[in-house]
Amino acid sequence: MANFNLSINGTNHQVDVDPDTPILWVLRDEVDLVGTKYGCGISQCGACTIHLDGQAARSCSVPVSSIGSQKITTIEGFSETKAAKPLLDAWRKHDVPQCGYCQAGQIMNAATLLKNNANPSDEDIDAKMNGNLCRCGTYIRVKAAIKTAATNS
Amino acid sequence: MTLIRTQYNRRSFLKTSAAAGGGMVLGFSWFAGCQPVSDKITSIPKEWFDINAFLRVADNGLVTIMSPNPEIGQNIKTSMPMIVAEELDVAWKNVIVEQAPLNSDVFTRQVAGGSQSIRQGWQSLRMAGATARRMLVNAAAQQWEVDPSECSVSKGVISNAKGETISFGEIASAAAQLEIPAEVPLKDVKDFKIIGHDTKNVDLENIISGKPLFGLDLKKEGMQYAVVLRPPSFGQKLKSFDDAAARSVNGVNDVIQFGDKVAVLASSTWAAMKGQKALTAEWEQDGRSEDTTYHNEEMLRLLDTPAEEPMREDGNVKKAIAEADQIIERTYQAPFLPHNCLEPMNFYANVTDEKVELIGPIQTPEWTRQRVADLLEREQSEVTIDMTRMGGGFGRRLYGDFALEAAEISSLSKSPVHVVFSREDDMTAGTYRPASKYKFRAAIKDGKMTGYHLTGTGVNMRNSTREKNFPAAAIENYLVESHNLESNITTGAWRAPITNFLAYAEQAFFDEVAQTIDVDAVQFRLDLFAQAKNNPVGELDYDVDKFVGVIKLAAEKAGWGNAKEGSHLGFSAYYSHNTYVAEVAEAVLENGLPKIKKVTCAIDCGIVVNPIAATNQVEGGIIDGIGHAMYGDFVFENGRAKQHNFDKYRMIRIGEVPVIDIHFVKSENDPTGLGEPTLPPAGGAIANAIHAATGERLYSQPFTKATEILG
Repeated sequence: MANFNLSINGTNHQVDVDPDTPILWVLRDEVDLVGTKYGCGISQCGACTIHLDGQAARSCSVPVSSIGSQKITTIEGFSETKAAKPLLDAWRKHDVPQCGYCQAGQIMNAATLLKNNANPSDEDIDAKMNGNLCRCGTYIRVKAAIKTAATNS
Repeated sequence: MTLIRTQYNRRSFLKTSAAAGGGMVLGFSWFAGCQPVSDKITSIPKEWFDINAFLRVADNGLVTIMSPNPEIGQNIKTSMPMIVAEELDVAWKNVIVEQAPLNSDVFTRQVAGGSQSIRQGWQSLRMAGATARRMLVNAAAQQWEVDPSECSVSKGVISNAKGETISFGEIASAAAQLEIPAEVPLKDVKDFKIIGHDTKNVDLENIISGKPLFGLDLKKEGMQYAVVLRPPSFGQKLKSFDDAAARSVNGVNDVIQFGDKVAVLASSTWAAMKGQKALTAEWEQDGRSEDTTYHNEEMLRLLDTPAEEPMREDGNVKKAIAEADQIIERTYQAPFLPHNCLEPMNFYANVTDEKVELIGPIQTPEWTRQRVADLLEREQSEVTIDMTRMGGGFGRRLYGDFALEAAEISSLSKSPVHVVFSREDDMTAGTYRPASKYKFRAAIKDGKMTGYHLTGTGVNMRNSTREKNFPAAAIENYLVESHNLESNITTGAWRAPITNFLAYAEQAFFDEVAQTIDVDAVQFRLDLFAQAKNNPVGELDYDVDKFVGVIKLAAEKAGWGNAKEGSHLGFSAYYSHNTYVAEVAEAVLENGLPKIKKVTCAIDCGIVVNPIAATNQVEGGIIDGIGHAMYGDFVFENGRAKQHNFDKYRMIRIGEVPVIDIHFVKSENDPTGLGEPTLPPAGGAIANAIHAATGERLYSQPFTKATEILG
């Protein structure tokens, strides 16, 4: 076990965990931020997507020891920011979720897509969102919501 | 207006005016999710009044409606309360929805399965709303000393002929003391104000802000995480295990054997997962060790064996085949499929001397309660089950094996535990869609199909067919047979059981028969329906007019018969879960390879309760159908699943999804199923479109294995 100082959603947290613990489980089990989801543990489904210094990362595959001073943002923190509003409003407009389990990961990944590309084409969306599985098949709405958010940003 | 007799169990009414959990209902999440709306009630109520088991009204007019059935993403947590609210006549924005716990005394069929929640809940939900409305009106009428017939209701406010008004909140206390009326009126469909209008998912705000909703998000005081090591192969049992390394993992508290399984209990999920991996176990053979190759050989043998008893037999197929000008015979095969709910299986249990508390994602709470009570030798009355939102179900959560594990581990460890499956556990300890095969034979005489013979077989499928379905009743000589291949691999219901593959096989076969006799694929079906309508052979178990209705609608909307240059259409239609669906897929060739660009879908599911959610279900069903037909590949070697995670098991992704164009038949009939029925026709529609584009037929799923066709 070792102590780590983490900046999560703008707040500092100290955790005492094994260094190999993926940040996903630190967030969920130690910090009680369960919005970040476990789906596969091997970076294949995107349900665990968070932001590290503003870039999308698969938290299931990032050990806590490698975080260092990078700022962590989870869906709980991101959804309260001004930057999130166009995206969340688009998710509301298209009533995107079915079961809802993958949606936080979809939103977190979409946020970095729009940050780097204000007006993504279908191909841009397909390429960037390819890593986010939705077992219920809400893909059409995910794409529509990203386009709406791009228009309203 | 329809009058309906109320059928309530007296026990279902708690006639207390106590604040039944008022504080609990109004969690921060509800108000946090509110957008300010001028006439929305935002004050905090002082008192709640239970009007009946489905709803309670607060002194300020807020209404809490219980959603009785488990929510797996089919959106019934929104649409079931909509039905209650409609008959109650309350403004939707003043409704709070709460997931009901398992309570079989007051709610009927608290199951998510078979696309039946809305269909079977329809009357009781309407009755709950209408009864409450009637009691509120009666109470207001008593206060005003007028006849209830002189009162009207709009959006939670009762008015009388003199123009006086009283809100539900003001009269709730009096209404809660009244007798339940023996008979209540239901609204006419044309008067619906909530049903038929887009209503957003009640959990939307919590989903998009990452609030705890799902089973895996649950935490309780003193809870340990449990990750279980199960036999790696079907047909094996535990011989011995060494837990020294597992016990030395930081955070691991205990290791417990139960049956042929070993549970690692830890204070974090990660520690429990690491502990499970650190266990070393020896397994021994306890039954047959089966391969996919073995299943395939056995199923092919069974397809050539006459069944002792046919599932259905009309006329004389043998004779029709003997007299045929031509016989078309084709065999179709499907692999096992895991469900792969994105939220892996998990459940919380706290077993004490006093009670057995279970919480988690489950499609069948009542059955699970009974099985847990049997397992622990406790009374069912000692067992409670609360349902969380589910990160998908697809049939996997019908089987409470994970809840039973949690109960057993909690009982043995005498502590609250949360059993968590890793993705690998979830994919390898499944209740799979059974592998199956179907052989069709059509007898062709004078350019017509005169005989139809289907033989089906599947792993642990007592009946692999739907013998009453079309084309039953449409063909003079009709024979359906089924064989079961018994196996120790656990199989079970998977979204649209049986038909998820059978429909593809049948619809692809129809396409080939129509082509052989040189009849348009849609006309081929319409000719058969004409026979079923005018002169049905044997029992007719479907509605010909509704079936023909969706076929014509889909054909018209897709431009069937007028496909533009380079666009290749494939047709499919299927009836399941009381709903009629027709789909037309459009394929184009890109670099010589077929690509599905669009699916046009026509559906008759009666009244559409919530259109924005209904279209979501339709899109999901079609995408699920396409995804698994194209990519779903799951193989067993020596009783062991070969695919363990999404790196080896391919699922459909965002760039592989076509445009979907949806058309509901306008209807005033009671609603039927929607979670499943759009899946079965999808595979056939795309297979037929791929044939139209390439001239090649697909007989085996997943289609991606046919690289000579798909590249």
